[in-house]
Amino acid sequence: MAGYNKKAETAHVKAEHNQHDEEHFREKHLMLDPLPRGQMNDMVMESMYTTSWKFWVVFAILSVIVAWGLFYSWGRMILEGLGIAGVNRPAYWGIFLVNTVFWIGISHAGTFISAILRVFKAEFRRPFTRAAELMTTFGLVQAGFSIFMHMGRVWVFYWLMPYPNERMLWPNLHSPLTWDLLAITTYLLSSTMYLFLPLIPDLAMARDRSTGWRRIFYKTLALGFRGTEGEWTHLRNAMSIFAFAIIPVMFSVHTIVSWDFAAATRPGWNSSIFGPYFVVGALHSGMGAVIMVLAVVRGTMKNMKYFIRPEHFDAIGKLMLIISMTWAYFFFNDYMVQWYGGDKWTHMLLHFHESGPMGWMWFAMLIFNIAIPWAVLWNQKWRSTPWIVFIVGLLINVGMWFERYIIIPISLSINRMPFTWRLYHPGVEIPLGIGTLAFFILLYMAASRLIPLIPVWEVEEGQMAHELKKFGRETVVTVSELE
Amino acid sequence: MAIELKVSEVKMGEAYVGKWGMVIDQDMCTGCQACVAACAMENNISFVGETDSGYGRSMHWIRIERFWEGSYPEVKMTPNQPMLCQQCGAATCEPVCPAFATVHSQAEQLNLQVYNRCVGTRYCANNCPYQVRSFNWRDYKRPEPLSNQLNPDVTVRRRGVMEKCTFCIQRIHKAQDKAKSEGREVVDGEFTTACAQACPASAITFGRVDNPDSLVSQLARVHGHGVKHLEELGTLPNVTYFKGG
Repeated sequence: MAGYNKKAETAHVKAEHNQHDEEHFREKHLMLDPLPRGQMNDMVMESMYTTSWKFWVVFAILSVIVAWGLFYSWGRMILEGLGIAGVNRPAYWGIFLVNTVFWIGISHAGTFISAILRVFKAEFRRPFTRAAELMTTFGLVQAGFSIFMHMGRVWVFYWLMPYPNERMLWPNLHSPLTWDLLAITTYLLSSTMYLFLPLIPDLAMARDRSTGWRRIFYKTLALGFRGTEGEWTHLRNAMSIFAFAIIPVMFSVHTIVSWDFAAATRPGWNSSIFGPYFVVGALHSGMGAVIMVLAVVRGTMKNMKYFIRPEHFDAIGKLMLIISMTWAYFFFNDYMVQWYGGDKWTHMLLHFHESGPMGWMWFAMLIFNIAIPWAVLWNQKWRSTPWIVFIVGLLINVGMWFERYIIIPISLSINRMPFTWRLYHPGVEIPLGIGTLAFFILLYMAASRLIPLIPVWEVEEGQMAHELKKFGRETVVTVSELE
Repeated sequence: MAIELKVSEVKMGEAYVGKWGMVIDQDMCTGCQACVAACAMENNISFVGETDSGYGRSMHWIRIERFWEGSYPEVKMTPNQPMLCQQCGAATCEPVCPAFATVHSQAEQLNLQVYNRCVGTRYCANNCPYQVRSFNWRDYKRPEPLSNQLNPDVTVRRRGVMEKCTFCIQRIHKAQDKAKSEGREVVDGEFTTACAQACPASAITFGRVDNPDSLVSQLARVHGHGVKHLEELGTLPNVTYFKGG
């Protein structure tokens, strides 16, 4: 415990005075700073009800961007063909697939934080599991948009689904794209259910504290949850099954996404490390996105400073640092073996990555994904500061987007037929990409005012389990049996 | 105990014999592009226009690749290389299509593209090491009077689908139907593809590679130094190139 106290002292100036020990534990850790039950519920309800004029201005601007970027541009592309996008021969895949991989990556951290930390009973997860799970669902929606935009004839998208038809035509189960579609659909359904299950008690809480249309909305969604022992037992059973079951689903999704590339015969793609490399890359960008969302939620929503504290940024910051190191390790493995392999086309490709016309992107990727996180996140003070980690998270996301851009259109520019080599210049992909980003933020903003963003019951549960006790002069954090 | 492996069990490139094949003599090719024009007329290929062609969206099913060696002023042209679908025996484009739009024909031993099943994921084109597939990026207008000369035997494709060389499968079928109605086999040289027909230098020869007496097989024997492109990938192409003979 002595070491623990020491850490608290360095983080807080006040902690220099030993007589204030208890107070500083409280200030620092949400789990040790309990509020009366009713008050915490009211705080969460208040955060949902409070919308300033700024919220509506941003909401309106984003709606316009979605209408222009997503729906108008997509409609135009459906009517005119993919010619208005930048895809060509040989870069048959462009930013659409970059965005698909990017959004699936974003959606990864939600489940990672929520399921893995729940399984390992990491206490710091409690206030922000929902904020992360929402990212999963909304990120997957954008991934779905991006992958459908990519199709030449999107109006026959259902041919990719196994549905009964009189000609006995089925999707080709040899194709990685079919696996992809099945994996993403599975992930979307299971992550939505996993988002919904822990939401039920909070919806019931909101139902009991609201009137009008909101009451009908919450009443419908809460499925008549009253909080009896039987209901809690069932909920807990379902949640523990889902928390364990969704982890392999999460790993499979991004591995299968990587197989879209790794299973192909292209130089630079055909790499057996792509599966874990992509999973780690997804977590890298996803953790960056989680920390950005938390920083924004904490800064803009009412009462959130109580729930989301520097200790949470600190904990996620540590995870980000570890994931950044893991990503660097996989990147080096991939690069090293491909380079050492000595294949002439791969050599040309690697050379093109670093010193081609888009070489700046390759270096920016390494700086944003490795150098900056390593330089900033080792410092506890820096990684506990929301605006600093927001910038780091933003840069990681830009870096990871660059990584996918390098893997897809840039690597496609070079192939075994030098006569066809040509650069890729994005066209209508840009408004469409901005549209998906705006739609993601829009959905998140709407959800933040419609469903309780903080799982109050989980926070309360944690607070009940933790207690500060004095043994002699020393203040000690005691824990009753967890869950 | 050593593991014994019979040579016959190893699927070697040489062991594979296709059905329809092509022999292209690069030394004969003058690069006149007659094959490109003939193919476009025969197969109703869209007129893409200068801008899109310049951006890598030309839709020719056969193209003449020009390469050179050295740098100015000692530049030496290497033989022209007509490049078209190699009709691989183990095609990489086939397994990756999620909708079975690119499939292998058992009867003709060719790679087929089913236009009305294609959903336009373009995975096949990415996975084609020869980069010979072309995508309908738009509904291209056919300038007058080209719109009046569409081949009725070939489907006109719309935007959003992939297409590629078929070895003029409509001609294969026409010849087979004619031979069948006359109660005989198709004779070698009875018909040929549009590109081979148009080639003024006779650089392209088309026929049955599984028939040792056909012209393609004889040419392959006479030259004896035929090259299959990117053979090391194991795609088992059905087009043989001769160069430097």
